Formats: sequence, structure tokens, C-alpha cells
Amino acid sequence: MLGLEKKDTSLLIVVAILTMCAPFILNPFPTDSAMAQFNAGYPDLMQRFVIFGIFAIGFNILFGLTGYLSFGHAAFLGIGSYSAVWMFKLLGYNILPGIFLSVITSGLFALLIGYISLRRSGIYFSILTLAFAQMSFALAYSVLTPLTNGETGLQVYNSDPQYFHSDAMPNIPHLFGQEMQSTFKLSMGGWSFDFNTGYYICALIMLVMFYLAIRIFRSPFGLMLKAIKTNQTRLNYTGLNSRPYTLAAFVISGMYAGLAGGLMASMDPLAGAERMQWTASGEVVLMTILGGAGTLIGPVLGAGFIKYFENIFSKINDTVLHQWFAFLPDGIEDFLIAIVHPFVGKGWHLTLGLMFMAIVIFLPGGLVEGGQKIARKFRGGKAKDTTATTDSTPAE
Amino acid sequence: MDVIILQLLNGLDKGSAYALIALGLTLIFGTLGVVNFAHGALFMLGAFCAVTLQRILSLSFETIDPTKTDFLGNPAKIKTPYVESWFGPELGSSIIDWSVPLAILFAIPIMIGIGYIMERGLIKHFYKRPHADQILVTFGLAIVIQEVIKQFYGANPIPTPAPDMFKGSFDFGTLLGFDPNAVIYPYWRLVYFFFAALIIAAVFGFLQFTTFGMVVRAGMADRETVGLLGINIDRRFTIMFGIAAAVAGLAGVMYAPINSPNYHMGMDFLVLSFVVVVVGGMGSLPGAVLAGFLLGILESFSSMNQIKQILPGIDQIIIYLVAIIILLVRPRGLMGRKGVMED
Repeated sequence: MLGLEKKDTSLLIVVAILTMCAPFILNPFPTDSAMAQFNAGYPDLMQRFVIFGIFAIGFNILFGLTGYLSFGHAAFLGIGSYSAVWMFKLLGYNILPGIFLSVITSGLFALLIGYISLRRSGIYFSILTLAFAQMSFALAYSVLTPLTNGETGLQVYNSDPQYFHSDAMPNIPHLFGQEMQSTFKLSMGGWSFDFNTGYYICALIMLVMFYLAIRIFRSPFGLMLKAIKTNQTRLNYTGLNSRPYTLAAFVISGMYAGLAGGLMASMDPLAGAERMQWTASGEVVLMTILGGAGTLIGPVLGAGFIKYFENIFSKINDTVLHQWFAFLPDGIEDFLIAIVHPFVGKGWHLTLGLMFMAIVIFLPGGLVEGGQKIARKFRGGKAKDTTATTDSTPAE
Repeated sequence: MDVIILQLLNGLDKGSAYALIALGLTLIFGTLGVVNFAHGALFMLGAFCAVTLQRILSLSFETIDPTKTDFLGNPAKIKTPYVESWFGPELGSSIIDWSVPLAILFAIPIMIGIGYIMERGLIKHFYKRPHADQILVTFGLAIVIQEVIKQFYGANPIPTPAPDMFKGSFDFGTLLGFDPNAVIYPYWRLVYFFFAALIIAAVFGFLQFTTFGMVVRAGMADRETVGLLGINIDRRFTIMFGIAAAVAGLAGVMYAPINSPNYHMGMDFLVLSFVVVVVGGMGSLPGAVLAGFLLGILESFSSMNQIKQILPGIDQIIIYLVAIIILLVRPRGLMGRKGVMED
């Protein structure tokens, strides 16, 4: 279907079903139960899942396929956000031109930065992209204040022209009148589910982008990128110039990042420089590695995983912990809380760092590899059992 | 002229910090071939060694002085640091006053220990892994160290004053015959510069004039051959990692009075130090030092008002711009050796 192999088609369908039913899947607990804090089905978080999913899918096209580790991808996210907000300011709140421009501008910037950075490889490439990203951050934060509104962040004011804005249109981001914020609440018994327009638009775009990524992975172009990762020297010796391919991969992944930035601005029309800081670039690297670099579904998983735990872990505070451990004797309860306390709430980054190290050390292939290993173990165990029985039968 | 000298001096202290961190990074890269993203965290740990020693020394007990009363009419409580009660008030208070220089002694064993544990416990397992993995695992480690420090010391910067003797500024201009107050430079920054120069000289001397240093240099050039000669090069490299950690830590200790330590100061310095290493040439120790001072001075010159009027904001991006230009024009960096990371 759609020019995909059978396996990929079923993967795409599974992802499509999961994203479309996400409001149900992410809200498994009744709203007034104690477990409700583990629900992730509210619009803001679901939007972040898919937006960062797009970002990570794009990053994976560069890092997973070619092995070039860019430490400055957040710059494109920021550029995308700024261009989308500028479109809101100039043309009006319809998100289409904003998203369109954010993809174009981030693509242009990626072309420029990639053209320069890709002349070097390995660690030099990482540091060059890092330098470019920090430079864009510094530019956005202070130097280009007329364009980016500096520390305050770029936002839409009433005095902005908004040429295509009419009074019939809502005064918040919308798609031909459909407000991004509008949410349909469905209550069923103790459960309540949120269906948010913005989420579904982001999810549809993510599905298209995911489909595109599968096509890139399976295309001859994707194979060429994989060859670059495996052995670039040999590729060069065969008389091939690999730079156009890496540059194309860099621009594509930059455009993905720009799209994610544009969508982010469409959900919440505000763009700040801190989105471009190198720790933000580190985050997308983390998502990709955590899920599994070079795999199709990995980055999406990683993005969802990190955003979910960021949200849940940072919400757990001491009161919640006391509720959990209330059944224990007081001394043990306080002791356990003292141990858990540094890892939750504000200390969530500590857990993140530890998790990240553990993944890189023990599971370089990420969650996907972990899942495959477990699956193989189950299958391998069964296979062994059958051989054992067949071996033992003749003896009897 | 006086303006130029002032900027030159201003560049020196930042340049010294860059040079020291870049020196440690290059030592690690040159010996072990590992790209250490946690080096900024080591710098930050050094600064927090100074904070910790200051806190330990100012630990005090309370006594009630019945002759005085506080504003509520209760007998006043007087805090006396233990150090003062042990060594007498004069010596005790000057010990507390000198806690930052004293922290050097305190930090050296701690930082060497941390470096040793880091190398044996973590980095050792990453020699054969790709550079990307090394970057990622040390990046994760940096996050962890940073967050642990945040748990213990909070998120706010902690002022760590220098000894009273070095407070205030030094009128450098009168020495050179300029008007008084034309070139004013804080004493502590001067101390920092000389300290950095001393450390750099010590590291170079150690590598150049001791047998240990000779073996390490031989190992940097050809690890395999040195190993075949029956020398346990791994052990020496581990010690070099400890020394590199100590260099970063000492840079941090002495930097504490210049900039109050906070938990993310390491990350701020790390990116710049990497740029410094690349500009100087990967694996070249003199290159790292040279590039550190050069970029520090360049940064301070570009923050001059006269230059800012022509190119606003240039001071924020100058280092990155220079790094990009150098990498494109001289890919090996200023003093890079042939064959190091040439892929």
C-alpha cells in the first residue's frame, strides 16, 4: 500500500491507530481516582508528544542514517517558531502560511549551516553545529532583538498588521476558522477524554512525515545514506561524492525541525530564544538515542517516553509520595521518601541524566533494541524448549 | 592605548579559564582519545570545592553572652566558628578569610580521585565505542553531576569572596605612566592569571622533564608500541585523566571569587572550551593554551564600546565566528598535529 512493503505498511497503520486513539489510550484512569495523575491525555501534552515526534523523526534521518551527530538542531526548531510567529503577525492567525514559511526558512538555514559544517565530519561536525546553534541563540537572544524581541520572546500584539485577518476569524491560531485550542470533552462514566483540534492536526502532519521518513529509509537515497554511515571512505574510493547526499539529509532533517517549530508556535503563538539553546539540541539527541537511532519507530517512542516522564515525574511531589507510602510504618515511610525525593519533582533532570547514561551504556540501540532482545529471548526460549523435547523424544 | 591595555587585561582572566579547561580537555583527548563532555562539570565541581571548604571552615557554635542583648531584649547569641576557638580569633579568622586559596589543597586530591573513578568506572568502557557514544555518555554524566550539585547547593549562585588582601583593584595605569584610574584591574584577576600560568607551566614541565611525562608523551604518539615495550600505559593514562580533572577543578576553585558558582557554570564554559580546543587544534596542548588566551582577549576586545557601535552584539558571537572561519580555512586548527582526527 502507498508504495510500502507489507511490514512498513502495518507499522504505519499501527502508528496511525495509536495516534488517532491517543486521547483514549493516554487516559486509562478515571479522572477522580488516585491514578489520574498518570493520565497524559490532555491536549497540551499530547501536542508535545507528536511535535517532538516530528522533530526526532527528522533528526533521525540525519543521525540515524548518516551517523553525523548534530548538536545544534534546536536552532532550526527556533527558526521555525520565529518564522511562524512572524507570519501570524503579518498575515493573521491562519496557521498554514506560518507552517509553510517555517519549513522554507529552516530549510534555507539548514542549507547554509549544512554546507559549511558538512565539510568536516565526526567530532568536528558536532562542534561546528554546536557553534552555529549557540551563535544563533546569542543572535536571537540579544543581537537581533528587532526581529526576535530578545528575552521577552516574539508574540503577536494587537497593533500588528495581520493583513488577512477579518473579524469573523478567531483571534487565536486557527486553520480556516477551526481554532487550535478548541477541545471536545467526552465524559463516559468516571472517565473523560479530550479531543483537541490542534492535536489532531499535528498528529496528521506527523503521520505524513512518518510516511515520508519510511519512504526515505527505503529509497536508494536512504541506502546511500546508510552506506555513508557504514564506511564513508570506501564510498569515496568508489568515485562517489557523498557530500550532496549528506547535505540533502541535513536539509531534510532541518526542515523537519522547522516544521516542528512552526507547529509549536501554532499551538501556542510565542517563540523564545531558549528553544534554540544547546541543551534543547541535547534533548532531541536523547530522544532519538533513547528510542533507537536508525530505526523507524524509535524516535517517536523516545520523544513520547521522555515527554511523558518529564511531565509525570515533575508532577510528583512530597505530598504525593506520602500518599503512596502511607501504608508503611512512619520511619520506613520517611526513609523511602527521603530516598525517592531527589529523583522526582524538580529533580527530574537527575533521573533523565541517569536514564540517558544507562541507555547509552547498556542499550546503545535504545528501546527498540531492548524490545527486540526481549522478544528474541522469549522466542529463543521457546525454540530451545522445542529442541529439548525433540531431543528427548528419541531417547524414550 | 590605555583602553587597549585594559581590554587586554580583561581578556586575560577569561582566557586563563578557557586555556585551563581546554588544556584538560586536550590532555584527555590526546591520551585517551575520548571526547569528554563532562569536563565543564569538573570545572564546576572545583568551584564547589571552594564553596564547601568555606562552609566547613565557617561551621560555628553558639554561645550566649549575658552582657549583651539583642533588639528583643533576649540575651544575645554569638556565633563563634570552631576554627576561631581552636586557633584563637586572629589566626582562625584569617584561615576563614583565606579559604579559597586553601581550597586548592583541598581540591587537588578530591578532583584527582573523581577523575580516577570516572575513568575507571565509566570512560574505560568507551574506548572502543564510537565518538558519538563517548559524547553522549559524558553528556549524560554532566547532567547527572550538575543535578546532584543542584540538589545539595540549590540553584542560586553562591558568593565566595576572595581573601581581604586581594579585594579591591590595582591601578595598573600609573605603572605605565597613564593617568590614574585609567587602567584599573581587580587584584584577584591578576592572581588568577598568574595562577593559571603557573598551572600551565607545571603541566608542561611535568610532561617535558619527568620520566612519567616522557612515557605519557610517547604513549600519546604511539600507544601500541609503548604498550609492547612492557609499559603499563593504561595506568599512566588513568593518572593523566586524574591530572586533567584536577586542572579543571583548580581552574574552578580560583574562578569562584570572580563569578559566584552556580550549578550550570560548567555547561556555559564547556561549549566555549570545545570551541577553544578545536581552534587550537585537536590534541595539541600548546594550541589549546594559545587559543584559550587568544579567544579570551578577542572576546574582551569585541565587547569594547567603540567596536560595539559599529557591529552591535559582536561580542556574543565572535568566538563562534572565529571558530567557524578557522575550521574552514585551517581544518586542523592553529597548531593541530597531522593524523589526529583527520577523518
